[in-house]
Amino acid sequence: MLTGRNLIRASDLNEQEVGLVLKNADSFMEVLKRKVKKVPTLRGKTIANIFFEPSTRTRNSFELAAKRLSADLVNFSASSSALKKGESIMDTIETIISLKLNLLVVRHGHSGVMDFISGKVGIPLINAGDGKNQHPTQALLDTYTIKQKFGSLQGLKVALVGDFLNSRVARSNVEMFSRMGMEVIVVAPSMLLPEDYSVLGTDILSDIDQVIDQVDVLYMLRMQFERQNRRFYPSIREYNRFLGLDRKRLNNMKKDSVVMHPGPVNRGIEISEEVMDSRDSKDRILISNQVTHGVAVRMSLLYLILSQQEEP
Amino acid sequence: MPMREKALVMGPEDIVRVLKRIAHEILERNRGCQNLVFVGIQKRGIPLARRIADNIRSLEDREVPVGKLDITFYRDDIGKNIKSDIQITDIPFDIKDKDIILVDDVLFTGRTIRAALDAIIDMGRPRTIQLVVLIDRGHRELPIRADYVGKNIPTSLNEFIDVKVEETDGTDKVTICSNQ
Repeated sequence: MLTGRNLIRASDLNEQEVGLVLKNADSFMEVLKRKVKKVPTLRGKTIANIFFEPSTRTRNSFELAAKRLSADLVNFSASSSALKKGESIMDTIETIISLKLNLLVVRHGHSGVMDFISGKVGIPLINAGDGKNQHPTQALLDTYTIKQKFGSLQGLKVALVGDFLNSRVARSNVEMFSRMGMEVIVVAPSMLLPEDYSVLGTDILSDIDQVIDQVDVLYMLRMQFERQNRRFYPSIREYNRFLGLDRKRLNNMKKDSVVMHPGPVNRGIEISEEVMDSRDSKDRILISNQVTHGVAVRMSLLYLILSQQEEP
Repeated sequence: MPMREKALVMGPEDIVRVLKRIAHEILERNRGCQNLVFVGIQKRGIPLARRIADNIRSLEDREVPVGKLDITFYRDDIGKNIKSDIQITDIPFDIKDKDIILVDDVLFTGRTIRAALDAIIDMGRPRTIQLVVLIDRGHRELPIRADYVGKNIPTSLNEFIDVKVEETDGTDKVTICSNQ
């Protein structure tokens, strides 16, 4: 169903395809619980991780996913490759094509560069984050994490809170959550919203307390300080007061509701130290589940794209 | 592909009798069921494994665990006709030093069993692995044989064996069909 396909934006997958990725992820979760956490399924396939921007968890997650499927993996990262010596993207891609790979995982700081690259390489490409634009595998693993927790996605109320202007996770998640039947609410002050926020197609609020007692999932977005070349918010204290999650707000949430964050968390900004470290609310903070699920969901995706593909 | 049913090979009573006989054979060969565990291969191997385990329970008054195995990850025909829909593997017991009774509905080329053996060995080192199949239709491509066979049915390559079981198909029967 997904053989040979690209995954560039969350909307590249329809409801049925997302369902298949998530269903198969259950089987890969089982593999990850075994003593030998490796299956021979993608033996002989070669995957390249090409990261023009720094990343720890996404790169490691793809690397583990590939290795646990017995695929071979090469890493290109901007800081340690010819990219640093001034090679152009196109020349890097030429080099990569000559290596006869089967799939590329690419992260790049420029929004929209993925279509350009995928048009040139002629092999499947997975977007591991492009600028402020999209991060579709994050949306898949988040959807999977919510499904694991609640069983069904239909009708769940999810609030995404924080920096919408600079967050690719926000864009991908709004698309995928809505597509899978969840009710999405955006909580962001106007200076952290894109100019044309009507494209989000959701309710937009500016104060977290307006929804905190109604949501099933509170999704805190990371403040993207590295992408904010000017200050979008007057002060961290003020951000905290209107948008941060502290103990008091956690206590106001519904009993079975959960908190998610794509990581890495800016402690004391999106989520307070106290909430991050509290023991009694540990099973409501799903941040580490998101990381574990990331590997299984990416295995599922690599499997679906590559397992039926004949060698050229 | 249009298929034509050519002959009924086993009806519900036949299957019940065969699974009772196999339960006896397993107990005889293993001198009881103290060290046995069952692993059914998705999909129809699982209900068959359960039924044999039930038969053993009524004979020996002892519960034998039954696990589920999906062999998709271990297939050797990657790039050909892999199904995108993977079934769950669930073996919630330690297989180390156990006598595993592996159960499948039809034994044909032997490639599914090869994959199942690899999958099991990745999970631990059992004492033995013994194979139960409801139907052996011949045409082996690998040096694999079954320890317990419900029925040997010689077939030609353009025929295939259709096994239906109550649990997944609502009825118990085995038929020979041909692709035409």
